[in-house]
Amino acid sequence: MTEIDVNKLANAKAKGKRPYFFDDPAVERVLSITMAVATELAVTRERLDTVERLLEAGEPVTKANIDAYRPDDDASKDRQQWHADYISRILRIVHQELEAVENESLNEDPEKLADDFAAA
Amino acid sequence: MATSLPPTYDRTGQHPLSPDVDHDETARFNFLTNLNVHLNQNVFPGNRIAFENRVSPKFEKETGHALETRQQVRQAMLGDSYYQSWAALRRNAMEQRQQAGRHAVLRQLDDLIEKAKHYNDGKETLQIDPNAEVPRYLAAVDNHCMPGSYYTDVVSDDVLAGANYETGVFITTAGSMSSKGDGGGRSIVNFVKDRFPDFSPKRILDLGAGIGVNTLPIAEAFPDAEVVAVDAGAPMLRWGHARAQALGYENVKFIHADGDALDLDPNSFDWVQTTMFWHETSTASIHSMMKKVFDLMAPGGLFLNVEQPNFTPETPLYDQFTRDWDAWYNNEPFWSKLHVMDVFEVMAKAGFDSGKMFDGGTEADIEQGQFQPWSSTISRHKAELKDDGDSKHNAYKGERWYLFGGWK
Repeated sequence: MTEIDVNKLANAKAKGKRPYFFDDPAVERVLSITMAVATELAVTRERLDTVERLLEAGEPVTKANIDAYRPDDDASKDRQQWHADYISRILRIVHQELEAVENESLNEDPEKLADDFAAA
Repeated sequence: MATSLPPTYDRTGQHPLSPDVDHDETARFNFLTNLNVHLNQNVFPGNRIAFENRVSPKFEKETGHALETRQQVRQAMLGDSYYQSWAALRRNAMEQRQQAGRHAVLRQLDDLIEKAKHYNDGKETLQIDPNAEVPRYLAAVDNHCMPGSYYTDVVSDDVLAGANYETGVFITTAGSMSSKGDGGGRSIVNFVKDRFPDFSPKRILDLGAGIGVNTLPIAEAFPDAEVVAVDAGAPMLRWGHARAQALGYENVKFIHADGDALDLDPNSFDWVQTTMFWHETSTASIHSMMKKVFDLMAPGGLFLNVEQPNFTPETPLYDQFTRDWDAWYNNEPFWSKLHVMDVFEVMAKAGFDSGKMFDGGTEADIEQGQFQPWSSTISRHKAELKDDGDSKHNAYKGERWYLFGGWK
């Protein structure tokens, strides 16, 4: 069997010019790395949740038990809800920007406001 | 901001070939699935608000006239910071999904190839053509950002493309393709049984079948039929054939060929099916292949296709822009051409009688009892279609799947 470089092949670029949406491609690069790190934190959090559930059940916390763990319906709902809440937290700025587009009254300039009330 | 929770990856259908997806890989898939749901439900709708409140008024102010084409909408949206965030996040999520799925498969590729060989070696129901040419329209750009697309062998007897496709479709569609990923095929069967209850095909061709995930429900519904699944991607077929055999489907033959070079008996198929095939095929090849399809079909045979409905004069410009998105930014370039194609005219040119053409819709068929009772599945395309006032597709009422076809 031919030796393959798993990481290189997993990371391979798809053929076709990659679109960059931000004015500066560096922003896209940093966003991409940030989301990858965010993903890995979520993976660690799900593993920690497994450790907690094993402890609570009085099971030995071994690597084998962690890897074999399968959440029941209730536990998996808690874990999915955690992902949803977590994603909502890390994308806060995007949702704030949408609010600003939806509602112009949220965009008053504080400096101008101070000037407006400058008269004694 | 309420988000529906998708089912978890560990509830997907397993078979003897299924890759081992370990604890952390499952967690990674779960995160990416939730990210897709969040982007779809909570971020994507904001693009319309940015368009209406900011992008469209700005364009009118600068040019003195309203936006007139979907290309203008696309250009105008590219400059909007909110849209930029959504688009960058969505593109990145697609790339992350490919990396995650490929890594899980690649680390055990040797085992998966051996398992596939166990089901494939010596079987006449798998025909791989080592000399089959990959058409340039397929080779130039990797469909939906899958590195190597459907056809690349990274090692001999490779199954990576097929195994990665099957593993990852859940992440991209958040379970809306049912637990085995076969929701399209299940829905096709429902449509055919409901609309044509007396139809009893003996030979069925599924063109562009990939791993045959949507072929198997058809084979199951018509167990006495001989089913032929054709695809241009050898690693898809190796995986698909082994998967079908492992699941006990022995009436499905997998043939490796570019649709344009397909060499099968004319007038021999009672049913030719394509499922999400037109939008991944070049416009030129659609025209040539439809002539071939007509020739392959037996008189009285059915030609049936699953696609998104095309634009009509009533489709709002903004909806045209969002439905074109995957064409430009998820490497499905021919979709934009298809959106404005008159598919019935193409069929007529291939020989079909206009009086025997039809269209319609059918709802998603998600196998019950597989996913958690609290979970919900999403349909991105359906969300995009909701405002599509439609006059031409009068048999289609906005169901999950749009179907069109004709009788020979």
